[in-house]
Amino acid sequence: MFENLYLVYLAPLMGVDLILQGLFIGALFALIAYGLALVWGVMNVKNLAQGDMVILGGYISYQATLWGFHPMLAMPVAIVLMFGLGWLIYALIIRRVVDRDMFTSLLATFGLSLLIQQVLNLIYGPEVKVAESGFGNFQLDTFIIIQNVRLYSLLIAGALAIAIVIFMKKSRMGQAIRATAQDARAARVLGINTDRVYAFTYALNASICGAAGVLVAMIWVIQPYYGIVYSIRAFIIVTAAGLGNLPGVILTGFGLGAWENVAGFMFGAEFAVAAVVIMLVLVLMYRLLQSYRVRQVVR
Amino acid sequence: MTSARKLDLKVYAGLILFGIITPILFPNYTSQVAVMWLMVLMAVTWDMTGGQMGYNSLGNVIFFGLGMYASAVVQISMFADVAKYTASFGAMYVEFTEVQYFTGLSLGIVVGGIVATLFALLIGPFMLGLRGPYFAIGTLGLAVAVAELIAGWGYVGAGSGISMPVYPGVAGESTFVWYILLGVTALLAHLFVRWLYSTQFGLAMNAIRDDEDKAEAMGIRTTRYKVLTWAASAFFLGMGGAIFGNMSGFIEPLEVAFPTATFGIFMVAMALLGGKGTLWGPVLGAILFHIVKEATWTYLLGWQWVALGAIIIINIVYFQQGILGWAQDKWPAAFGLTVDRGPEDQPTGDTRPEAAE
Repeated sequence: MFENLYLVYLAPLMGVDLILQGLFIGALFALIAYGLALVWGVMNVKNLAQGDMVILGGYISYQATLWGFHPMLAMPVAIVLMFGLGWLIYALIIRRVVDRDMFTSLLATFGLSLLIQQVLNLIYGPEVKVAESGFGNFQLDTFIIIQNVRLYSLLIAGALAIAIVIFMKKSRMGQAIRATAQDARAARVLGINTDRVYAFTYALNASICGAAGVLVAMIWVIQPYYGIVYSIRAFIIVTAAGLGNLPGVILTGFGLGAWENVAGFMFGAEFAVAAVVIMLVLVLMYRLLQSYRVRQVVR
Repeated sequence: MTSARKLDLKVYAGLILFGIITPILFPNYTSQVAVMWLMVLMAVTWDMTGGQMGYNSLGNVIFFGLGMYASAVVQISMFADVAKYTASFGAMYVEFTEVQYFTGLSLGIVVGGIVATLFALLIGPFMLGLRGPYFAIGTLGLAVAVAELIAGWGYVGAGSGISMPVYPGVAGESTFVWYILLGVTALLAHLFVRWLYSTQFGLAMNAIRDDEDKAEAMGIRTTRYKVLTWAASAFFLGMGGAIFGNMSGFIEPLEVAFPTATFGIFMVAMALLGGKGTLWGPVLGAILFHIVKEATWTYLLGWQWVALGAIIIINIVYFQQGILGWAQDKWPAAFGLTVDRGPEDQPTGDTRPEAAE
């Protein structure tokens, strides 16, 4: 089990490589978690279908490769399609759970995640798929080999994040979203159509997930049932960083990516998922101890 | 009180009668109905924490799977070496005599229940400190984590699972054994919760659901009640898992033992469908859900899972109070409830508390 640890000891640059690879992935996690934090903060819905939306975006780019296009070209398509789908899901399901207790939204989105999984399973089958990007690698050192696709995905994730932040700060809708997050009732009094804001927020989150999914399908593999792990990662990051804490979300995303990559190497790939999920339990425990200290109801 | 008691007795008698008649009249449906008893067991045990105590767990399958694995290890280890047995991937065939098999089975079922209980007692104080959605997500995460850890543990066969010992008796007879075991476990679990809800312990559980902080301020040791309730539900669920593992003949961590996406969500959906927080709601919900599930299985080739997801969403979004919950709202008197509509002559300002943010 610890032979790999010794390997890293012998070649410290290998450790650098592991962490670097993890950081590239972490950018994607941060992006997905930011979408979750948006929906959670604005409309108080905990979206357990987050990961399945990511996987759905991945299948859009996989479909593009089937039709002979480059998967990167699927990015704008995925953003637009997922925006529409998010709006539809909001109109059909989420609208009715916004004002209800949190467990309702959690369960409803869990049902939604089952639905997405099964539809994908019916269409594409349970096999693992990958959208071949054909980008090469470049080598910094014997041990540090960077896949170009990871580097590009880091850049794209960063560009998307900056675009979203500017949108939230400057645009009319972004301001309305922030106002609704602060106080939905006051926003309604001041003439903001909160229903539209909610719909837009959920749709925006869906397209963020779609864009992230396109990158995931190129870097890793996708499979209909892989969504839950992305949901859990997003929950870890948001729970650890707190709502409305963008720098925290980004840092935690990078940290989680690095931890996952390192843990997957040290303990073996079969424990990579377990390492992530145990991290969730640890973060929740930490929050629990914190709330014991403050002694207030955690809602 | 007595009329409710009489009604309960009638329902019990009816269900037991149904349970005895079905395998005689329709022997082909025995295993389906056996799974239905398992579903009833799951819904009833989920409702102990979810409905009566307000702690909605999405990861109660942990206890199901732990019970299953514990009983498998016990049954095999009594007469063979577990590591060797699992490493052979079912190639090592151990002939169990009837006496050996049934001692192993009965011990395995009890140990399955006890291991699940111990695990609940161990993690309860931590997990049950989380509230609301954090508890739900935490338990879901824990279930996934336990499944992944067992999938990486070579001693119990890792991802390739364990083939359970083969039933020694006549072929076809075993189905009836599992049927009886699951039916009796479900009945025992329901009798237990019926007794439990009638005690002061049950009142404390409901107090925790209604307002935990107030309950604590009134001197109820909430953590103790929460952990004990979870442990009790884990005991029955662990036994159910042990029996189901033997019934399916082959156990494996992700799909059979810790199926968060199937049984894990079914038990919640069933309790909600029937009406959570009621005595008979989970039973009704489980029976209806199982019938709908089996019907869609037969006629919707391939699309059954999609239909099931849609049913769960519709149930939760549009009809959350469930059948008995709806009936209780409509005819409260029939359930022995008195509804305090408030003094009629007071000025009718909106005195209702704000909906929870």
